[in-house]
Amino acid sequence: MKNSVQISIVDLIKTFPIGKGEFTALNQVNLSFNKGEFTGLVGPSGSGKTTLLNIIGSLDVPTKGTATVLDKSVSDLTKREAADLRNNHVGFIFQTYNLLSVYTVYENVELPLLLQHKSASERKNSVIKSLEWVGLTDKINSRPAQLSGGECQRVSIARAMVKEPEIVIADEPTANLDAKNSHHILQTMEKLNSELKTTFIFATHDEKVIQYLKRKISLEDGRVVSDEQITK
Amino acid sequence: MLALKLAYRNLIGGKLRTVLNVLVLSFAYVMIIWHKGLIDGWAVQAERDMINLEIGGGQYWHEQYDPYDPFTIEDSHAPIPELAQAAINKGTLTPILISQGSIYPDGRIQSVLLKSVDPKQTVIDLPTSHLNVDIDEIPVMVGANMAKNNKLKIGDYVTVRWRDVNGTFDAAEVKIVHIFKVDVPTLDGGIIWLPIERHQKMVQLPNESTIYVTDKEGGSIGALPGFNFKNHEFLLADFRAMIQMKYIGGAVMYVFLLLLALVAIFDTQVLSIFRRQKEIGTHVALGMTQGQVIKLFTIEGGMHAVLAAILGATYGIPFLAWQAKIGYAMPVDSTEDFGMALAEKIYPVYSIGLIVATTLIILIVTTIVSYLPARRISKLKPTDAIRGKIQ
Repeated sequence: MKNSVQISIVDLIKTFPIGKGEFTALNQVNLSFNKGEFTGLVGPSGSGKTTLLNIIGSLDVPTKGTATVLDKSVSDLTKREAADLRNNHVGFIFQTYNLLSVYTVYENVELPLLLQHKSASERKNSVIKSLEWVGLTDKINSRPAQLSGGECQRVSIARAMVKEPEIVIADEPTANLDAKNSHHILQTMEKLNSELKTTFIFATHDEKVIQYLKRKISLEDGRVVSDEQITK
Repeated sequence: MLALKLAYRNLIGGKLRTVLNVLVLSFAYVMIIWHKGLIDGWAVQAERDMINLEIGGGQYWHEQYDPYDPFTIEDSHAPIPELAQAAINKGTLTPILISQGSIYPDGRIQSVLLKSVDPKQTVIDLPTSHLNVDIDEIPVMVGANMAKNNKLKIGDYVTVRWRDVNGTFDAAEVKIVHIFKVDVPTLDGGIIWLPIERHQKMVQLPNESTIYVTDKEGGSIGALPGFNFKNHEFLLADFRAMIQMKYIGGAVMYVFLLLLALVAIFDTQVLSIFRRQKEIGTHVALGMTQGQVIKLFTIEGGMHAVLAAILGATYGIPFLAWQAKIGYAMPVDSTEDFGMALAEKIYPVYSIGLIVATTLIILIVTTIVSYLPARRISKLKPTDAIRGKIQ
């Protein structure tokens, strides 16, 4: 890895078939992300934010160009390798939390560690530590339906962080939250970013998120229109 | 192991959905074992009754004798061979003479088979000792169905007409001395049982017989000239073929019961693919391969069968044991109506093979119906699945 560059996007084009034609979601995108960044992809709906996050998260592949994540070209990964990358190195936070409703908070957070085949004691320590980060140790046996939206998103953060990944991808993490909860979530993520040096990449058009960012990349119609470092 | 653990969690978390599916499947499971046990029990009982009452350890048939061809009966008789006489004297063989005749109950005519046996024989469990009476009339006994159909009672007289060996018609009044109840219809319907010595005199065939029944412990006593030995395999072949048909008929019921349960599971699994798309996408995002997700959903469906076996055992074992103890009264009026040996009560028999085979069938079929919808997951794009986008 050169100069702690974790993610490198070069001449990336992503198109989707629509009827007989095609829709270009990302057009000639060139970006790189260093370790420990707290970056937001900002832009209106349809600007390509989520598509870019999906490619970085190896859930999708570029149509043209390259996306290299942790020295691995996403296009060249087999399904198994892509799953391994997500399992070991990338955490996901979703707009709608995507918690498993039949699992308790503990079980939801534990799931990524089960996929890593960690021992029971390792899992327990990591889950407790992760829930301490987000302040939810008192809700360990609750199910998602018993939690508020803010609490659900904190569980989602704990699940993304429990395996201590290099990269966390958050797609509109505050879109379903009120202002108070949004700030709480963002402060939690900001703290994790500074303490663990985890790279956070957000897709957002929420002003509340933007004020926490250290780098803001604006997208419009699949193109990068600005890329600015924010000094606080 | 991981898939098992997650599948178990999903099932337990599924609560009512899981309970209903497992309940229906466990019902099918118990009913299949019960019904198959009933047929097995019936086969065991019926074979035992046929051996005890009719065929013993096998029969020697006169070489002309064919029970399905009435024209052969007239010539199906021969003197008792020496070897047979020795066995008769030892009590390990009993002769039966068969001829045709007619009876005239209430002025009606009915064709009957006259079958005669030594009243003192102990080879078969037919209650022939009732024929061992010293009366002027010819003592006969009939089965309960024969008596019912012809309105005959003990003590009744009925006219019997027959032809002797020379073709001369003769007739006599016979007295009903006993009415017996048996589960084997071939001993009952259209048959009049009488002492063999009287019968031999009637048809002028002294010391002759049509068939011999061997002792059920002994079987063949060697070759008898003019007679062919018929073993159990031959004598029970028709019955076993009919039982086989009952198994096939029963299979329709199993398929129906299984379908009920499997449609519920299939439905749940199909619904899961649509309703749980987000969950599937989340699993993929967390690092599961699509193959692992398919495995998880297939195991989750298949585990319904395991839970059904456990639940089925909790109420099924007491129920099945109770049925095996008190038996099941078959809903038919008589064995004659049914056409084959059938006891009033059938005591189901459950073999280890039956339980293991039923468990395996249910497990395999449940897993297959779980796999089919799970396979659709492989066509789901993870990016769409995460958003819960219906495809």
